[in-house]
This record gives sequence, structure tokens and C-alpha cells, in this order.
Amino acid sequence: MNLTLKIWRQAGPRHRGELKTYKVSDISPDMSFLEMLDVLNEQLNAAGEEPVAFDSDCREGICGMCGLMISGHAHGPEKTTTCQLHMRSFSDGDVITVEPWRADAFPVIKDLVVDRGSFDRIIQAGGYVSVNTGAAPDAHATPVPKANADRAFVAAECIGCGACVAACPNASAMLFMGAKVTHLSELPQGQPERMARVVSMVEQHDEEGFGGCTNVGACSQACPKGIPQDVISTLNKDLRSALRA
Amino acid sequence: MAGTGLVFVGYVLLHMYGNLKLLAGEEAFNTYAEHLRTIGEPMLPHGGLLWAIRVVLVLSLVGHAYAAYSLWSRAGSARRTKYAAVKTASRTAWMRWGGTFILLFVVWHLLQFTILKFSVNGDKQGADVTQNPYELVVASFQVPWNTLIYVLALVALAFHLSHGTFSAQQTLGLTGDAGAYRRAKVVGHALAAVVVVGFLIPPLSILFGLIT
Repeated sequence: MNLTLKIWRQAGPRHRGELKTYKVSDISPDMSFLEMLDVLNEQLNAAGEEPVAFDSDCREGICGMCGLMISGHAHGPEKTTTCQLHMRSFSDGDVITVEPWRADAFPVIKDLVVDRGSFDRIIQAGGYVSVNTGAAPDAHATPVPKANADRAFVAAECIGCGACVAACPNASAMLFMGAKVTHLSELPQGQPERMARVVSMVEQHDEEGFGGCTNVGACSQACPKGIPQDVISTLNKDLRSALRA
Repeated sequence: MAGTGLVFVGYVLLHMYGNLKLLAGEEAFNTYAEHLRTIGEPMLPHGGLLWAIRVVLVLSLVGHAYAAYSLWSRAGSARRTKYAAVKTASRTAWMRWGGTFILLFVVWHLLQFTILKFSVNGDKQGADVTQNPYELVVASFQVPWNTLIYVLALVALAFHLSHGTFSAQQTLGLTGDAGAYRRAKVVGHALAAVVVVGFLIPPLSILFGLIT
């Protein structure tokens, strides 16, 4: 496959960036999107140019480190992470635009790499349980109804990649926060701090400069883990109960 | 957004019911319009309930618009560098520009039927028309361009309600599982459909000469 890539190049956080056009040829449809970028970077290295900086770690879709806006879709056209997106999802001759996540709460560090420290600070504000839970307990030590366990698990699938923020027209992190809140709210271990948690996480979210949620649903469509919209409802409900109390 | 939006949902349904009285004829419609002013008397002064409703609506409008424009500006500052490649025309644009259009429409609508009470129909002028609610409505919707404005406003309202009704339920925390989420979506679409059909019946009946 031969492709034309328009890639966001930005030397550093305070530099002005721009889209630059590159050509790559003989790309195998079995390559992942990141392997295709590796090919480009070898090409740039050989030519003595600065390679394109992008984030990646596990490259098997479970760590949440990678994430690119590919022709207007977070993580590209498939429901997966950028590392698990394969070039067979594109056609020979395609022009592909590659941009970093765009949100003021995710400042660009370099090229396609953004700083997602704002997510860490939201977790630090309340996304935890303050007791030492020790080693994995016996499965029957704390009974959890099946439905709650399932829902907690669905929410816990969030890998914090930031695609929800990237896809949101408001650049809101409500799905991320909803997933974290729901995950802990469904389980007995999360109950003691349930009300305090939601209030401080929302405060931190707003302080980080994320936008407000208008329930558009672009986040769930972009989420590689398919976190459903209903976690946002749980977040809203918990927040309302907390503010009333 | 959710609380004030639900006030409007309730009001729109009442308003639609009143409009459908047009099908029952001039006397029924005008009696209904007069009854809106005398309802609750003598406990309430003349027009008391109507004014109470107006105050609630104005307060809701201020709250709704304030919340909408602050979300809008917050969205702007949360992403100051835009994407070069944008794939989807977003529902937010429908809500924000559609909502602004509905607001402008409401101003026109109130000037036409409540505040100034003027007829846009060249053949039907004078106090006989403008001071008789039934006559004024019939005269107005015999004018195609005026009916078109109302049809466009209803299209905008339909999009606004189908997302807004669902969104209000989610904001209030009523969509906490997959079933409730689907139900909230259905409620939004159904309400939008009912409102559009209900509001379109009288103007289109007049335009096509079924009501004269």
C-alpha cells in the first residue's frame, strides 16, 4: 500500500505546530498503524530528519498509552486502540491525517504526544479506596451481586487512553470519570468514600479545564473498550446525592 | 439545563393541546383562550395563572440560556486548538445553533400572537382579525412564508427535544443501566414526534384550506 500522511509536527509545548505531508510506500495491510509510523520514522531517520514522536507501550490494546486522532476518528475507524488498528482498515492511495488528542487539559508535549497528567490528578482526587485491601481475598469473603460485579467490571475496563476527551465536542472527561466512579460505586469496597469521591473528582475535572458534558455520546462511540453512556448517569446521580447530603 | 428543559417540555405539551382546540372550531378555541385568563378566579386575579406561568417560563428561559451559553463557551476554551480533520457534524451544533434559532423564533412568535398581535395576511387586517385569536391564527397561517417559518422552527424543536429530553434524563441520573438508557432515547424521539405532529396539524390544515 502507498499512503500519504499528513502528520502534526510540533517541536515542543511552546512551539507552533503544523501539519506536514509525508509519503510511505510498500506498507503491508497486516502492519499495525504504529508499525506503519515506525516505517515512516526509519525513513525520516535515514534522511537525517527528526522522527515523529508518538506514545505507545504494550501495543496489545490494554495499557491505554497510545492514542491518535486519525482522519477525525479517535483511534481511527475501528473500535480499538491505535496499536491494534491495522492498515487493512485503509485503502491504497488514502490520505490520512494524524493529529494529537486536542484538549487544553491535554497539552501537546511534542508532535503527537500529549500530557495526560490531568487524568492522573482526577484519580488522585478520589479514584481510589483508602484501605489496604491486602492480597486477593477469597471470592466469597465479600458477597457482590452478579449484576453489580458485571457492571463494575464493564466500567473498570477503562484504560484511561483519553479517546473520550479527544472525541467529545466539548472536550469533557465525563466518560472517563463516570467509568471510575461507577467502577467503585458498584462495589462494597467503594461505598464509604462514595459521596466524597464524586465531589472531589468533579471539582478536579473542572479545575483541569475539561469542558462540560452535554450527553452527546461521541465518547462511547470512540471508546476502544466500549464504556457505555450509562456510567455518566451514575456519576450524575452520585453527584446529586452527594450535593444534597 | 435539565430542570429548565423539563419545564419547557411540560409547557410545549400544554401549548400543543391548546392549539389542537383549533380543530374544534372558533368558539371552542376562543373560549379556551379566554378561560386561560379566568382560570382560578376568584381565588386568583384575572390572568393570574397565565402570568404565573409566564414568570416561570421567563425564569426557565434565563436559566436554560445561561447554562447553554456557559457550556458553549466552556467547550470553546477546553479545546482552543481545533482538529484539522473533523468527521462528524455534531449534535452539539444542532443543539446550540438550533436552540439559538428557536429563541429567535420565540421572539417572532410572541410579537405576532401575544405582544403586538399583528396579521401578516394582506387580505385580513383590522381589529376584527387581530383581537380574535381564532381569526388571527387562521389569517396568519394562510400565508405560506409564515407557515414555513413555523415548520422550520418545529424541525429545529424536534431535534432539540429528541436530544434534550434524553439528555435531561441522563443529567438527572435516570439512565443508570442499558435498559433505562435505551428507554430514555425512545422517550426523546417519541416526544419529538408527538410535538411535531401535534403542532403541525393546525397550521397545515389552515394552509391547505381545511380550516377557514
